[in-house]
Amino acid sequence: MKILTLKKVLLISALLGVLLILVVFVSITMGSVRVKPLHSISILFQSLLGLKGAGTETEKAIILSLRFPRALLAGLVGAGLSVSGAVFQALLRNPLADPYILGVSSGAAVGAIVAILMGLSTLSFGLPLASFIGAFLTILVVFYFGRQDGKIHPNTLLLAGVITSSFLSALIMFFISISQKEELRTIIFWLMGDFSFSNYQAVGMIFPYILLAFLVFYFHARQFNLILSGEESALQLGVDVERLKLFSYLFASLITAASVSVCGLIGFVGLIIPHSVRLIFGPDHRLLLPSSALVGASFLIASDTLGRTLLAPVELPVGVITAAFGGPFFIYLLRTRKVVKTL
Amino acid sequence: MIEVNSISFRYFGNWVLQDISFEVGKGEFIGLIGPNGSGKTTLLKILYRLLIPQEGDVLYEFVPLKKMNRRDIAKKIAVVAQEAYPLFPFRVIEVVLTGRSPYLGHLMFEREGDLEIAKKAMEWTEIRSISERSIDELSGGERKRVFIARALAQEPEVILLDEPTANLDIHHQIEFLDLILSLNRERGLTIIMASHDLNLASEFCDRLILLQKGRIYKMGSPAEVITIT
Repeated sequence: MKILTLKKVLLISALLGVLLILVVFVSITMGSVRVKPLHSISILFQSLLGLKGAGTETEKAIILSLRFPRALLAGLVGAGLSVSGAVFQALLRNPLADPYILGVSSGAAVGAIVAILMGLSTLSFGLPLASFIGAFLTILVVFYFGRQDGKIHPNTLLLAGVITSSFLSALIMFFISISQKEELRTIIFWLMGDFSFSNYQAVGMIFPYILLAFLVFYFHARQFNLILSGEESALQLGVDVERLKLFSYLFASLITAASVSVCGLIGFVGLIIPHSVRLIFGPDHRLLLPSSALVGASFLIASDTLGRTLLAPVELPVGVITAAFGGPFFIYLLRTRKVVKTL
Repeated sequence: MIEVNSISFRYFGNWVLQDISFEVGKGEFIGLIGPNGSGKTTLLKILYRLLIPQEGDVLYEFVPLKKMNRRDIAKKIAVVAQEAYPLFPFRVIEVVLTGRSPYLGHLMFEREGDLEIAKKAMEWTEIRSISERSIDELSGGERKRVFIARALAQEPEVILLDEPTANLDIHHQIEFLDLILSLNRERGLTIIMASHDLNLASEFCDRLILLQKGRIYKMGSPAEVITIT
C-alpha cells in the first residue's frame, strides 16, 4: 500500500528543481542578441562565483542585468501565483478559484494605473509600490466586508471580492478612457503581464513574501488536505479552522499582491498549474505545494522566454503565451485524467 | 462518560434546543430520534463542540468540552456526518489515514504504525480490497464505510453518526447498522446516532432519546419510547 512519504516529496522536488535550473539556463541563452549557449552559462557561473573572465561587457550586461534577473523574477512570480492558486482552491473548495478571485488583481491594477498616469512609473519603485499598496488596500476592504461576526464564510468573502473587483474594474475603465496614447500602451502591457522591467531590486522585494508565505503554507499542508472535505470535517479532525482560514487567505492574498506588483497581471498560471500538478502527482498538499511552486516557476520562465523570442525583437506579453500554450495543455490533461470529483 | 447538563442553544432567533440533559455511559448505543428540525443534528454538533451552547455545558469524563483543545477532542470523539468528501479525488487509503491527523505534528508524515491502524480500520469495515480506489468512484454504501474507517483510525472512544443511513437502500442500511453494532459490541465503542428512522433505531439502539421541537420528549429503552409514541 503506497502512501506519501517525505522521501517521495524530496525526490520529486529535487527532480523538479533540476528541471527548473535547466529552464533557467535555456532562458538565459535565448534572446534577440545571440550569445552562444555554453558561453552564456559560463558567464553566469563566473559572475556568481565572483570570478572575472569570459564574455565582453555587452554580453555580460545582457546575461547578468537583463536575462538572469528576468528569469529569477518570472520564476518567483510563477511559484507565488501557483501556490496561492492552490491555496485558494483548497480554502474556497472551488476548482475555479485562482489568485485573483478576491479582487487583489484589480486593486493592484488601479494602483499601477494611477502611478502610470501620475508619471511615477519612471521611478524604479514607483509602479510596484503603488500597485502593492492598491492590492493591499483591496485585501483590507474585502476582508472587512467578507467577515461576519469574526468568522470568514467562504461565500461571503467570495462575494465581497467579486463586488470589490467589479467596482475597481469600473475605475480601471475610467482611467483607461482618460489616458493618453503613450500611457495607454504602458497600462495595457501591465494589464497583460510584463517582465521587461525586471531587475534584482524587484526580485529582492518579492522574495521574502513568497518564501515566508510558502513556509507557512507548507507547515499546514496536511490541514489543507483536511479542509478539502469541508470545514466541519476538518474541525472534527482537530484543525483550528478559523485560524487556518484567516492567515491562509491573508498570506495567499499577500503573495498575489507581491507578484502582480512587479510584473502586472499574468492570468492562467495560478489556475492551471495547481490543477496540472494535481493531475500528475495527486491532490496531497504536502507534495502539491512544493511541486506547484517549482512547476509554476519553470512554466512562467519558459513562457516569458517564448514571449520575448518568438517574434523578436517585438515582445509578446507573457499572458498571451501562458494562455496560448497552457490552455491546450490543460485541456489535454482534463480529457485524459480526472480533475475534480465527478459526484 | 458524557454528561449533558441542561443545555440550550439558538443560532439567532428562536431556541433550537432547550434544557436538554442526559448522560451517556461507556459502551452504550444511543439513538437520537425525532422528526426533521427537531434539533438532532444541532445536538450532535454540540457534542463535538462544533457549536457551543449558550446555556449549560457538556462534560466529557468530567471535563467540560469547552476546556479541551480541538486535537484532544478529535482523539476521543470521531464524527461521521452527512456526505463530506474531498473536492479532489483522494484514494480510500489516503482518506482513512487522515483519521490519524490528531496524532501527527505539523510537518509529520504518517508512520508505519499509522498505516497499520488504518489497515486494521479498513479490515473491520471490509474495505481493504478497495483501498487503492479513488473515493469518487465508490458507491454510497462503500463511501459510508470509508468514513467509518476514517473515524476508527482516530482511535476514538465515541463515534457520532448523523443520519448515517440516509441515501442507502434498506439492504445497505441494515448491513451498515450491523457493522456499527459490531463495533459497539466487540470493540466497546460508544455510539450516538441521530436518525429519523424510528424502526431502524429501535432495532439497534440500547436507548433512544426522542426529541421534539428542541426538547427531550421521551427517553428510555426502545420499548418504552416506542409505546408512548
